[in-house]
Amino acid sequence: MIEISLNGKPESLAEGVTIAELMRQKLPGVSRVALELNLEIVPRSQYEKRQLKTGDRVEIVRAIGGG
Amino acid sequence: MESAEGFSDALVIAGKSYRSRLLTGTGKYRDLEQTAAASEAAGAEIVTVAIRRVNIGQEAGQPNLLDVLPPKRYTILPNTAGCYNAKDAIRTCQLARELLDGQALVKLEVLGDAKTLFPHITETLHAAEILVKDGFEVMVYTNDDPIVARILAEMGCVAVMPLAAPIGSGLGIQNRYNILSIVEEATVPIIVDAGVGTASDAALAMELGCAGVLMNTAIAGAQNPVLMASAMKHAVIAGREAFLAGRIPRKRYASASSPLDGTIF
Repeated sequence: MIEISLNGKPESLAEGVTIAELMRQKLPGVSRVALELNLEIVPRSQYEKRQLKTGDRVEIVRAIGGG
Repeated sequence: MESAEGFSDALVIAGKSYRSRLLTGTGKYRDLEQTAAASEAAGAEIVTVAIRRVNIGQEAGQPNLLDVLPPKRYTILPNTAGCYNAKDAIRTCQLARELLDGQALVKLEVLGDAKTLFPHITETLHAAEILVKDGFEVMVYTNDDPIVARILAEMGCVAVMPLAAPIGSGLGIQNRYNILSIVEEATVPIIVDAGVGTASDAALAMELGCAGVLMNTAIAGAQNPVLMASAMKHAVIAGREAFLAGRIPRKRYASASSPLDGTIF
């Protein structure tokens, strides 16, 4: 298992999990988001190949109502 | 004043023409249905959104703001509201650009403190400089200081957006002469952003020559938000037409409307 931070909360995930797998597990069917891995934007096109490792900090954001 | 798209008196921001001069926020509504109805009633073409963390575990099946305000129909203006320094604002803009498939247009808002929500000017200037260099089209929230407004325009911001009064205060335009000074030397659209309370405030902003008005609370917080959205739409149109028409000068004494010749007495 690996330990990451997902939107500020600890998460345990399987070894070798990709961002795409994380999205399928945690946000099934959810699109229109943007993702940051250790303060670096990861384009959607790279979700399938980017693997996560222990200590990674992932932020996933969306648009909500605001001024 | 024909625009590239062939309609007259367009608002042009970063090379794109808009018919509507009323920009609306999407916060504080009861639900997404009311957000959509008010945006429609306002006739808005540009709507601001906030960028926030998704709720892991609660997101699936939930309606998304961008489903009711589709980017094909509305220009979605991501806002850095809630940021108190340049670093957080820049990070938010980068996430927004990814979220909106490379869109460069952003609203930069760097706040100074939570009580006044006044802009933090030095952080705003710092962020604007970096964002413009990075290719962003920056519409920037600022105070009603003509000098700062000029500096932001010179830096390459595509619109300068002075406050009328504190965000959400509904106090209306507190310093119309500063807004007028900003408008008089404007090289980019000047959009009053924040502080509008009711329709006459929006009309006044437009009569002063502002290119547009951006508001959220005045509509979303009204007893009937959809009706207020319609009122604001008409106020912005009325104020714009009055500005273009050119008002009469103010005089201390009366001036008869009917001719004096031909009276029967």
